[in-house]
Amino acid sequence: MSRWDRFTETFLNTKVMARYLPDILSGVVVTIELALLVVVTGLAAGLSLALLRSLGIRPLNWLIIFIVDLFRSLPPLVVIVLIYFGLPSVGLSPSGFVSTWLSLGFVLMAFSEEIFWAGITSVARGQWEAARSTGLSFGQTLRHVVLPQAFRLTIPPLTNRTIAITKGTALGTVVAVTEILGQASSAMSNSYNPSPLMLGAAAYLVLFLPVVVAARWVETRFAWKR
Amino acid sequence: MSGPIVDARGIHKHFGALHVLKGVDLQVAERELVFVIGPSGSGKSTLLRCLNRLEEPSSGSVVVDGIDMLDPRTDINHARQRIGMVFQSFNLYPHMTALGNVTLALRKVAGKSRANAEALGRAALERVGLADRAGHTPGQLSGGQQQRVAIARSIALEPRVMLFDEPTSALDPELVGSVLEVMRSLRESGMTMIVVSHEMGFARNAADRVLFMDEGAIVEEGPPAAIFERPAHERTRAFIGQIQRH
Repeated sequence: MSRWDRFTETFLNTKVMARYLPDILSGVVVTIELALLVVVTGLAAGLSLALLRSLGIRPLNWLIIFIVDLFRSLPPLVVIVLIYFGLPSVGLSPSGFVSTWLSLGFVLMAFSEEIFWAGITSVARGQWEAARSTGLSFGQTLRHVVLPQAFRLTIPPLTNRTIAITKGTALGTVVAVTEILGQASSAMSNSYNPSPLMLGAAAYLVLFLPVVVAARWVETRFAWKR
Repeated sequence: MSGPIVDARGIHKHFGALHVLKGVDLQVAERELVFVIGPSGSGKSTLLRCLNRLEEPSSGSVVVDGIDMLDPRTDINHARQRIGMVFQSFNLYPHMTALGNVTLALRKVAGKSRANAEALGRAALERVGLADRAGHTPGQLSGGQQQRVAIARSIALEPRVMLFDEPTSALDPELVGSVLEVMRSLRESGMTMIVVSHEMGFARNAADRVLFMDEGAIVEEGPPAAIFERPAHERTRAFIGQIQRH
């Protein structure tokens, strides 16, 4: 047996791969579900907090800043473990899937709030004044004048952060979520062979490369000359 | 309507410890063009911004076209439609075309349909000589053109009063003329205007009255010829001497 044969036997074993492909595919479905939930709820919550913060109510803003800083400093894994093992003591028993979703959702909320907020504050004061002087309300100014400009500035950091946090769905393995990495590692221990892990890696590439490419496209699409 | 269209009395404005306006009175008659001059930091812009409540006066009263601007029951967004404002830095919305800039408030504040707003918007752009630039974004326009779009954005709402806050200060010299030309034609159409600016030539030709402000108060006022040729106060004389030397 040559070295190359031994390598393929170990890492690219087609028999093992074929056997565990259905498991990996079901993991892909779970990862997609989890990722979509995290992205949609995390970004929506982050934008909502940024909008609340723009109202300029002091005590509310302190609370927002506290929550945001908390979730930006804690490692997502710690948040997952805290929710999964901690909430049962107050009578709630979220599944691993829900724990992972909530944790990554909170983390994305925190980071995206900061990014949205930076975008909103970077729009020049004169834009507010011009809009308000024509009679537009605070909300109308935010919606029609400020946010469209803020969004363009936030798209590059936002896509980066979103992709990074979405990859964190793999952390769900620690609380028994049957997403890609979870399926791959249990297949690996059942077959005594790491080929399923390679299959899992391939699944992540197939899943995230198009997202990265799409993000790049969105960034160039929305970049505009001042 | 008799009586002044803008009636501001006893305006004080504090920014923290800074006393920026110290009891300013300003009455402007309909169709009058009032010019406000004075050194930087004298409170000219703040006074202008108190008139449409972009700045909240610390005390005093502001009545514009019969509407008490400082009454909490006043619908400030409705009242502001009647007071156009043009800024030193144009402040056009960079993500919209010239026409989009002009029609936004027509649609969202005045409640016009898109078609109606666009017709009015094109007419306003026509008045400032930019009918052919309706589809351009601010980045594609020169400074002078941007400022004329900003004027169109205000006049499209058919204001009763127009406030100009150093409208030509940010412009290259060769572009100033086109903006002053538009202001002159507005003046001829009977618009009431309050202009903070150092365009003395324009003041001489077009202003009914010139106010000289210093340190948060109006030092003296009068017809342009009197203020420029025979200022009564030493401070006015010094200021006018200084800007005419340049």
